[in-house]
Formats: sequence, C-alpha cells, structure tokens
Amino acid sequence: MSTLEIKDLHVSIDTDQGNIPILKGVTLTINTGETHAIMGPNGSGKSTLASTIAGHPRYKVDSGSITLDGEDVLSMSVDERARAGLFLAMQYPVEVPGVTMTNFLRTAKTALDGEAPSLRHWTKDVKTAMAQLRIDADFAQRNVNEGFSGGEKKRVEILQLELFRPKFAILDETDSGLDVDALKVVSEGVNREHSKGEMGTLLITHYTRILRYIKPDFVHVFVAGRIAEQGGPELADRLEEEGYDRFTAAVEA
Amino acid sequence: MAETTHTEISPDTEGEVTDLGDLDEKARLGAPSGAAASIDGFTEEGESLSADDQGSEQLGLKKHSHGNAPVVPEASRGERRRSFDLADFPSLTGLEEDWRFTPLKRLRGLHTDALTGTAPAVNVTGAGNVTVETVDRSDARLGTAATPEDRVSAAAWNAFSDATVITIPKETVADGEVMVSVTGSTSGAAAQHILIHAEAFSKAVVVLDHTGSVTLAQNVEIIVGDGAELTVVSVQEWDDDAVHVSSQQAKVGRDARYKHVVVSLGGDLVRLTPSSIFTATGAEVEMYGLYFADAGQHLEQRLLVDHAVPNCKSRVTYKGALQGDDAHTVWVGDVLIRKAAEGTDTYETNRNLILTDGARSDSVPNLEIETGLIEGAGHASATGRFDDEHLFYLMARGIPEKDARRLVVRGFLTEVIQQIKVPSLEERLSASVERELAAGNL
Repeated sequence: MSTLEIKDLHVSIDTDQGNIPILKGVTLTINTGETHAIMGPNGSGKSTLASTIAGHPRYKVDSGSITLDGEDVLSMSVDERARAGLFLAMQYPVEVPGVTMTNFLRTAKTALDGEAPSLRHWTKDVKTAMAQLRIDADFAQRNVNEGFSGGEKKRVEILQLELFRPKFAILDETDSGLDVDALKVVSEGVNREHSKGEMGTLLITHYTRILRYIKPDFVHVFVAGRIAEQGGPELADRLEEEGYDRFTAAVEA
Repeated sequence: MAETTHTEISPDTEGEVTDLGDLDEKARLGAPSGAAASIDGFTEEGESLSADDQGSEQLGLKKHSHGNAPVVPEASRGERRRSFDLADFPSLTGLEEDWRFTPLKRLRGLHTDALTGTAPAVNVTGAGNVTVETVDRSDARLGTAATPEDRVSAAAWNAFSDATVITIPKETVADGEVMVSVTGSTSGAAAQHILIHAEAFSKAVVVLDHTGSVTLAQNVEIIVGDGAELTVVSVQEWDDDAVHVSSQQAKVGRDARYKHVVVSLGGDLVRLTPSSIFTATGAEVEMYGLYFADAGQHLEQRLLVDHAVPNCKSRVTYKGALQGDDAHTVWVGDVLIRKAAEGTDTYETNRNLILTDGARSDSVPNLEIETGLIEGAGHASATGRFDDEHLFYLMARGIPEKDARRLVVRGFLTEVIQQIKVPSLEERLSASVERELAAGNL
C-alpha cells in the first residue's frame, strides 16, 4: 500500500508577462487502489497539477510538498520520479524522432526496473497489451508517436501504463479527443491495470463522459487553482447536469 | 521533432510537387533572383551572399555593396562549367555560389597551391574476382565518366600522377566487399584519382575507407554499366586535422542500380560533391549520407542528381547531427529534371539534429524542373533541436537524461547506417557514432 500526498501546493509559471501563480494551495491524498477524479473548467490548473507531479521544468513550485510514501518527490529529477513509481499519461504526447516504439518501451522498462526484461516474456507482454488496446502490430516498428493520430497516441500512453505498472498513474485528459470506441478501449486498459489492486489513479478530465467507464471513488472539483468542492461519485453526476457554472460564477463574483 | 528550420532554406522547403499541371514549361522551384516570382535576396541556393548577384531592384534595394563582379548567375544547375582545364576556373574568392559556405582559409592551399604532396596510400582488398590496377595518368579510361565541376577538382585532375582503377567485370558478382583503404600520413596538399567501373550486369559493394591525416583533393569517377548494381560507400573517419575535398561523380547506365552512401565523422574540413548522372532510361539511384560534426568541424556535402533521360528514379536521404561550438554542416541537394526526362520520379530529404548551442547547419534543397511530364518530384528539409519536450517525455518514462539523448541521436542516424548492408562496417560505424556521443558528453 502506497500513498501519494500533496500538501498545500503552490505552483507558478514564468511568462513574458511575469510570474503567474496557477495552483494556490492544493491538498490531496491518494492511496493504492483508489481512483480520484479531478474535474474542472479550462484553465483551472488541473493539467498543471499533473505536470508538476511528473516534474515538468516549466512549473515552479513556490511552496507546499509532494511525497510518495514519505519520500520527497519534489527533490527528485523527472526520471527518478518515474522510477519511484509515478506515471503521467500525457495530454499531448510528443513525437520522438528516430526512436522506435519497440526500442523506447524496452529502454524505459529497463530503466524503470533496473534490469532488462526477459526478452521472451517482454515480447509477449507487449504483443498482448497492444492487441488488447487494439494497436496495430506495425506500430512497434514506428517511431514513438510519429504520425500517430490523437487517439493512437492516447492508446500508446495507456499501453505504457499497462507495461510499466506504476504505483500511481496520473491521466491528464486522456479522454479528450477520443471517440466512444477509443474511449472504451482506453478505459478498459486503465481498469485492467487498476483492478490488479496495486495502483492508485488520478484521473484528470474536463468531461464526465469517461467516468461512465472508469468509476471514481472520489471527485474533486478544481476551480482557479484550488479544490472548490469534493465528494463521491455523485458529485460527478451533479456536474454532468449543472456544468461548472455555479463554481465559475462564484469565483467571478 | 520541432521542425524549426534553421537558416538558408529556400522558400519552398518542405515543398512537394506532384501536380505540375500549372507550371510553365521551365518552371523552377527556388528560382534564382532575377527570374520572375523570386523572393528578394534569395537565389536558387537560398539567401544570397554572393557578389555574383546584384540583388533585385524591388523595394528600392540596390545591388550588394560587396563586389562588382559581372552578373552571370547560373541560369541552370545543368549549365555549371565543366572542364579539365584549371584555367577555366577563376581563383576562388569564397563568394562563389558553390564555395560560399566553405571556409577557404582552412583548405590548406587545396584551391591555390600545386598539389605536389604525397597522395594517401591506397590498398584494395576483399574481392578476388575484381580487377585492381594502378595506372599512369595517360590511361585512356580516366576522365571518361567525370569532368571536374570546380577549381579544386580540376586542380586534382591536373596534378595526380597515377590512378587506381577498380573494375568489376561484366556479369560478375564480386565475391566480397571491395575495401579500398585510403590512408593518409602526411599533410602536404595532394591529389588523388580513383576510377570504379562496374561493367554491365555486374554487382558489387565498394567501400572507400578514408583514415589518417591528409590535405587531399580527390576525384572519384564511377561508371555504373547497363544493368549493373553498384554500391559505393565513402567513409570519412579522418584524423582531426584532415582536409578532404572530394568529387564523386557517377554515370549511371540503362536499368542500372546505384547506391551511394556518405559517412563523414572525422576531419577538420570535409567537402564532398557526389553526383549521379543518368545516361540511359530505367535506372534507379539512392544517395544516403550521415554526418556528425563536433566542435569546430566543417562537414559539407553538395549533391547533384541529373535526370537527363526519361523514366529514372532517385531518392536522396541525408541526415546530420551537430554538437559543440562552431560545428558546421552544409547540405546542398540539387536535383535537375531536364526537358527529356519524362517519367522522372525523385525525392530528396535532409534532416539535421542540433544537439547543443553554438552549432550551425545549412540546408538547401533545390529542384529544377524543365518538364511537367513526370511521376513525382519533391524535397523536404528540416533542422530541429533535440528539445526539452522530447527530453521530458523520455525522462518521464524513467530514462536518465544522458541515455535519453543518446537514444534519440542513435535512432536518428541508424537509418543511414542500415543502408550500407556490410555488417562489419555497420558495426564499426555504429561504434564510431557512440564514440562521438561519448566525446560530446551526451
């Protein structure tokens, strides 16, 4: 059982217009086996939270803490965080020139485990996982994300989730841009991994649609860099009906 | 990869021409300034730095302030001067279109001096059924495939004492890779001549393996006979101080298959001008290049594919990596589709990966089309940085920074190495690339 603990996190970015605060005191605890949904309107800081946990250099932590089983995540480099068990399924996975998926997956797995995976099992695992996510076998020989459609990129993110088996998965708007079929396939992948009982999931989404396939235990509503309200799955249903208006109106007032 | 195009790219970089219905009979992409519809300040080789170009009177611009040379811009790449007579090529000033990227000061006299130094030793091994001769410069076969196109090449033609002639006899499949070791041990400006003749329906791989220290002007003539299949690999793994200027012209016969692979890793200044000239129909040419420039290195390649006859196909793929202060690479790819060359199918690509600050990559694809009746013609050029987003993505999967950088560069360059198809050489060059990466602290 692991715990990812975020305490009073303040994060800003430097822009041409100066320093802009984005997260203004976020506190959140996720345990193994739990699924937390973070919902909120555009610009509320959801994705900033995801990128900050993963260690993207653009985001500056002004105060607060993130710990994984008591270890200080903020003092770790990006790759150390991944090796500690954090996985970010990115909203916009980048294309990496010159590196085939096969090579990339094996290199990452080796780095994460500290030893090369047994070739026979690994090849089989990759094939099986790709088939389950309905990713064409020939993707293995293509360069990472190069020429992949938006939906294909998201499936490949979940492929990595299933192969790398992190302690905590942070899904940054994995559902955006997916049609219903792709959404189902991707959700099944997350559920498959989650159901093994060894992973906590932080699901960041703008829409309630994905929550029909991935059932959250907790729902947090993000507005203007803070958690404005939290509750159980019923909160998502309410958002489905009412939208974010009542939250954003409150902020503007 | 971030498709940031760096410098010197003609207006139609990433251009692709498939439908030529609307083009004039002699339409030119990247046309020289002075021609209609040109972009001010650009010539067919990109931004004009040449004194041979007065610029356009558009926007009230006067001719360039440097130099008053008579304006005779090359109207077509096909009209570039070709001659065995050194006197036909004026002394170089560095402002000529085809020399403007080359630091003449670092040529160590190749363009000015008599090339009387000792030529690097040539040793040919690897195939028993291939004829290797050392011949006098009066041998009638020399100069039949190639005519010098620039001053250094003409100087080399006039200075070499004896030449190496490698002949793959008619209908012969070479029983091994022909390894031509060219080993330099002195630095006096020298000339060298090599002729490779793959006779009709023969098949061979010839590797020119350049190592050691030289100041060398070299002409490599290549004849690919009718129906022959020839691969020529030119590897430049010179010592750090070497200066190497090499013209590698191939005449490609009917239904022939010619593959040319350049791998430039070592040397202070390496300038290659590989060309493929189709002389009969049905032939296919592939030209590949890999170059990896470190701090201070100048690696230049200027290609020509001359589609002079119908129904030939060409593909050009050059990839370069750069790291360190003043690492400089130049790639100029000229493709000429002459009026007679109906049914031509051509595409050329150049990609550069800049790994550190302080490096410079020039990439200039040129496509000149004199007939619309072709299968396809296009080119692409992209020069990008290995940027923070790539790094973040790979590191977010647990891969340490150093490994992530190597993963990308290795992958980027492997495509070209894989084209060589000589396993022992592929292995050696992969190891060399690894050493380059290690040297650059990547």
